[in-house]
Amino acid sequence: MISLETIDIPREKLLDMYRRMQLIRRFEYTVKDLFARAVIIGALHLYAGEEAVAVGAISNLRPNDYVMSTHRGHGHLIARGADVNGMMAELYGKEDGLCKGKGGSMHMADMKLHVFAQPIVAGGMPLAVGAALASKMSRTDGVALAFFGDGASNQGSTHESMNLASIWKLPVVFICENNQYAESTAASYAVAGGSVAKRGMSYSIPSEAVDGMDVLAVYKAVSKAVGRARSGEGPSLLECITYRYEGHEEGDPWETYRTKQEVEEWKKRDPITNFGQYLVKTKIANEKDLESIRTDVEKAISNAISYAEKSPLTDMKEATKDVFTDSYN
Amino acid sequence: MSSQTATIERVEKQDRELTYRQAIGEALAQEMARNPKIFIMGEDVRIFYGGGPFAVTQKERFLDKFGPERIRDTPISESAFIGAGVMAAVAGFHPVTELMFSDFFGVCMDQIANQGAKLRYMFGGQSKVPLTIRIAYGAGMSFGATHSQTLYSIFAHIPGIKVVAPSTPYDAKGLLTAALREENIVAFFEHKALYGTKGGIVPEEQYVIPLGKGDVKRAGKDATVVATGKMVHLALQAADQLEKDGISVEVIDPRSLVPLDKATILQSVKRTTRLVIVDEDHSRCGFSAEVAAIAADEAFGMLDAPIKRVTTYDVPLPYAKHLEEAVLPSVQRVTDAVRQTLPS
Repeated sequence: MISLETIDIPREKLLDMYRRMQLIRRFEYTVKDLFARAVIIGALHLYAGEEAVAVGAISNLRPNDYVMSTHRGHGHLIARGADVNGMMAELYGKEDGLCKGKGGSMHMADMKLHVFAQPIVAGGMPLAVGAALASKMSRTDGVALAFFGDGASNQGSTHESMNLASIWKLPVVFICENNQYAESTAASYAVAGGSVAKRGMSYSIPSEAVDGMDVLAVYKAVSKAVGRARSGEGPSLLECITYRYEGHEEGDPWETYRTKQEVEEWKKRDPITNFGQYLVKTKIANEKDLESIRTDVEKAISNAISYAEKSPLTDMKEATKDVFTDSYN
Repeated sequence: MSSQTATIERVEKQDRELTYRQAIGEALAQEMARNPKIFIMGEDVRIFYGGGPFAVTQKERFLDKFGPERIRDTPISESAFIGAGVMAAVAGFHPVTELMFSDFFGVCMDQIANQGAKLRYMFGGQSKVPLTIRIAYGAGMSFGATHSQTLYSIFAHIPGIKVVAPSTPYDAKGLLTAALREENIVAFFEHKALYGTKGGIVPEEQYVIPLGKGDVKRAGKDATVVATGKMVHLALQAADQLEKDGISVEVIDPRSLVPLDKATILQSVKRTTRLVIVDEDHSRCGFSAEVAAIAADEAFGMLDAPIKRVTTYDVPLPYAKHLEEAVLPSVQRVTDAVRQTLPS
């Protein structure tokens, strides 16, 4: 962990960051279990292991900022403050789901909070540029965070978006979550030059590689980038080096492209355990404080399940609604 | 790019017979003056060819009047700037993004089909996407295989995109004004070969032609011809020729493919009992197939002849003039098709 002395975060906020990381982790392992029992269907991409990135980054934001997430989006939504009841109901395909059960895991959105997931790899990059353009043209100081993976770093629209954001000096922070694998393909194989951060140079975008397992390091780097964006200095690129604990998607045979030993090595640097220990060591919190947070999180998760279970199935009529703002479809 | 599009045409006060290009420019300029949320993003929209790749966004009327923030030249990055348009729309603007040739859909269709068209639905109605995408299309200029296609059927195929294809300056102005007041994504198809054409008075004041309202371009009783874009003019020429032989043809221009004015088409077919569809798109899985299927489904008992289609053959567009003409619909092919539907 980097030292807290270099950043100024109030105690309440630190504890809230810890709570959000725990909430993400517990949410993910809960839905993993529900998926295994076929209560939740479709495709499920878990964020466990990467919590420090979403929470460290999004804790810098204000309500008028935007967050563009990915197929691995639950973490970003929870970090942004999305209601886990609505998220769980969405996964159950119920009426009280954030998207009335029409989006599912990969297309989860809370537009009031300016956060949404879209699962086309690098598809959110142009959208983040658009959100930043809208902020700039509206003369607000809003910024857009564009989350993307090491896989997306090789997509054309990523490069188009960085170029456009740079020439127009748009308030966007490109945050690469380099979790080492694009599905089964290792970043060490697929990313020419071995660094996503270095690519920013080509677009005159200030770039930096960050320890993505350290929530405070991510917070600090994003804070600087957001500050630049708010003051009109244009985009930044951060490559957060992190790891996904589970497969690309639930059910994927991850042992075929990485070893158990590799996974265990990364888990020794667990972002939540480390952050918790750091909070205790620096006397910001004691074990009891953390235990009480974990208890609250468990309660929130079990509430979310009963909320989702009780919510009615979405009315069949909804299947043909919302194509357009009018009734034509 | 054709040099013939370089001519800047100015509108004389008395002469309200605008070209298609001028009518589109007027609709855009007037609505931009009315709505500060509208801005233009595209390649070469500021000064190239006097303003815009097809001289629609003339500098004096656009860049000089609205300034560089609302008239944005972009890098050649259709995915980035059309995607940015989608999200700027979600965030409260009404961007007008340009796709210089419909053939370029391949480099940006993710942003149009997976993002723009679907955000509202997949988020359960939480967002609106008031985005207009102006798209130049069509053959007849020897631009060859990758700059001549009529690809509106691909857009119409994706739920969530409204698709418009005007055939006249008057329709172009009214339909574009409607598109610019939409809360949905509209793909506005402009035929390249029509930009310099005139036809009818275009009122200076703003007016709206609602999307989904077809127009009977010529009334007739013996056969119905449904045509879009440049094909409307082909159909009208064919109708003129057939009239000399005492054959009365009704020509219907749906004007928008999505929403489609099925009622106007079906009412006509029920009256004439014969249907020919003229479409510059390819026939396979194209718009013509859709209209034929609707007629077969909903007016089958009223038809006295098989439905005929006149379309571009299912080959890429060739460069050489005589070869290009050979694969495109022609007046002759339309008159032949109409005659085939009539008793011999």
